[in-house]
Amino acid sequence: MGVLIEQFPLYVSGFLGTLRLCVFAAIGSLVLGTVIAACRVSPVPPLRALGSAWVTVFRNTPLAVVLFAVAFGLPELGVNGSYFWFGVAGLTFYTSAFVCEAVRSGINSVPPGQAEAARAVGLTFTQSLSLVILPQAFRTVVPPLGSVIIAMIKNSAIAGAFGIGGDLFAVGSTLTSAQGYAAAATLFGVLLGYLVLTIPAGIGLARLEKKLAVAR
Amino acid sequence: MTETGTPMIRMAAVDKHFGELHVLKDINLEVAAGQVVVVLGPSGSGKSTLCRTINRLEPIDGGEIAIDGKALPAEGKALAGLRADVGMVFQSFNLFAHKTILENVMLAPTKVRRQNKAEAEKNAMRLLERVGIANQKDKYPAQLSGGQQQRVAIARALAMGPKVMLFDEPTSALDPEMVNEVLDVMTTLAKEGMTMLVVTHEMGFARRAAHRVIFMADGEIVEDATPDDFFTNPTSDRAKDFLGKILTH
Repeated sequence: MGVLIEQFPLYVSGFLGTLRLCVFAAIGSLVLGTVIAACRVSPVPPLRALGSAWVTVFRNTPLAVVLFAVAFGLPELGVNGSYFWFGVAGLTFYTSAFVCEAVRSGINSVPPGQAEAARAVGLTFTQSLSLVILPQAFRTVVPPLGSVIIAMIKNSAIAGAFGIGGDLFAVGSTLTSAQGYAAAATLFGVLLGYLVLTIPAGIGLARLEKKLAVAR
Repeated sequence: MTETGTPMIRMAAVDKHFGELHVLKDINLEVAAGQVVVVLGPSGSGKSTLCRTINRLEPIDGGEIAIDGKALPAEGKALAGLRADVGMVFQSFNLFAHKTILENVMLAPTKVRRQNKAEAEKNAMRLLERVGIANQKDKYPAQLSGGQQQRVAIARALAMGPKVMLFDEPTSALDPEMVNEVLDVMTTLAKEGMTMLVVTHEMGFARRAAHRVIFMADGEIVEDATPDDFFTNPTSDRAKDFLGKILTH
């Protein structure tokens, strides 16, 4: 366990790298996933088709392949950036498909009368969705969204394996292969780093769920 | 009440199918401004569907519907604008479950009419006062009785200053002791000259407040008469049969 103490600063920087990656990807995928869900329930057929296509592509493609496609595909399209941002983009695209489906199930759980009443008082589709449907949908969606986000935090290790650098996974591989620390102890430190992210995320979501339930 | 000028609601040759079922057959109906029309009929006769086509909650397959001379637009902003002028009250209230009573009444005036908060709140409180729910303004819909929720729903619709009010079986989901509190509000509204189309089973309300009774059966308008004529002297067999069933017990 000496590695944990000797290399503590490196672990901390890896932890912060993973945290940074996950915060950007979580915000990105929650926003993008909600927008895609809105497309999937919209009255405009091309938007619905776009939403379904997005979900089909990103939900059925392994994350490693998505990251490959982003890292090599985006520069082809003239989009250049650091590997960190490609990692954020890949993780966001992939996770947004799961966020979309969770949000959509929440939208479907809101009684249809709510949407009818919203339309009947003159709200537009976008207003009905943002003012009436989504606020109610998010309540039922907090637990599944929590699972999606926690899975995303763990998936960030795959982005790390791709060499975005500076995250927990990179710290683990540097310490074991380049510096020759014992694998078990080193990886235990990496595991602790992920747990420090995922367990509070779970607790925070449970609190949020309670808070939203009271307001009903 | 005058029969001249543009009718507030005009339905011409309206047709609608639900799959195989022909729910509205060649409906022609004009409702003048200030008129209170009660739609009666056995269940499955298409009366709720008729009510819901007027603000296009149900799209129609054929014919034309116009509100105050303006044809119903297809989906989009124009339709939302027209719906803002048509108040609707549902059987199951459909108050916004995540908003307080006051917020329910203020939502559309602030978001659709762009009223400022203070003005919308003043107007909302006046309407809640009028339907007798002002003291419950900070509660959520689930904390109110059915009758109270339905009165809030009426206030919510009135907050938009509608030209027409549609009522789709407003008392059918209520416990018997709450029916009157809702009908009282509706009767007052009728007396004040609101144009109303009311789908209901409340014969008392039809006699008391309606100018006109429409009787529907199998997707058709079978009778169109004054309440007195309809209840004392129905002409069609289907209306006689219907009245026989509901008035004998």
